[in-house]
Amino acid sequence: MSVGLIARKAGMTQIFTEDGSAVPVTVLNVEPCKVIARRTEEKDGYSAVQVGFGAAKRVTSRAMQGHFAKQGQDVTAGLKEFRVATDAEYELGQELTAAQFEAGQKLDVSGTSKGRGFAGVMKRYDFAGGRATHGAEKVHRQMGSTGQCQWPGRVFPGKKMPGHYGNARSTTQNLEVVRVDEEQNRILVKGAVPGPRNGLVELRPAVKGV
Amino acid sequence: MRALDDVTKDQIRSDIPAFREGDTVRVNVRVVDFKDTKKGVERRERLQAYEGIVIARHNKGISSSFTVRKISSNVGVERIFPLHSPMLESIKVIRHGRVRRAKLYYLRALRGKAARIRERRY
Repeated sequence: MSVGLIARKAGMTQIFTEDGSAVPVTVLNVEPCKVIARRTEEKDGYSAVQVGFGAAKRVTSRAMQGHFAKQGQDVTAGLKEFRVATDAEYELGQELTAAQFEAGQKLDVSGTSKGRGFAGVMKRYDFAGGRATHGAEKVHRQMGSTGQCQWPGRVFPGKKMPGHYGNARSTTQNLEVVRVDEEQNRILVKGAVPGPRNGLVELRPAVKGV
Repeated sequence: MRALDDVTKDQIRSDIPAFREGDTVRVNVRVVDFKDTKKGVERRERLQAYEGIVIARHNKGISSSFTVRKISSNVGVERIFPLHSPMLESIKVIRHGRVRRAKLYYLRALRGKAARIRERRY
């Protein structure tokens, strides 16, 4: 289990492989990441690495400044923990770069999905909606029935209905690393990752092997 | 967007001639065949020419493409090529056409004499 990285999604494009096929890729610019703190079995009950990323924001609270000072590290924009094996060796202040992943490896990528506001069932759950014509009146995008009649006499919990959609943590699993650019600290993965351009995403080695 | 251009810039082809909608082009496409032989599967590459009128161009960096239409054994055939694909051996402009549209989709409804395009002269 190796530690993950924080990156910013630059957007999607395509690249051609040697056999001429075009591969859709997402370009991820890895933020400057370094190890800020360790969580250990003895002290915290679990083993993890706390990774700081990005340049410090203009204002950092006194509490956060204290945390960084205690670890003897420079202030970063954000912090994120990654669980690691108990015997994994990471030193405080160690720089983490794209070089730790290699082409062909599978990654899980998590981010905050694009917010869609209050969305109907067609957008939110891919319901079919109603007919466009043939006498359909005001039911073009409605959800249809929500259940039966006197029995059970209620709508079951968890019924898919309109509501807030997106702006939630989302993970895409098993994305293949197409290219690692160590010089630019950049990773290209095959396929789409959650979130808007410039959104922060977390890269971790895939939990489910193929 | 800079990062995206950075990633694709070494794959952008510079050997592509200037051509536009209405032009007649000949595209040499690399075709890969796999043939079973005694030694196993053999990979063979050959060139296939495709000639027709460019009816659309889609300009979007590395994802740019163009559509070539021709009439093959009395059936209209359209093929969309990625402009920067390494599978295109060469693109040769055979005739410049004078047209007043960027997308010549109206040609799909026309046949024979009606589907002619005037030649562009400089």
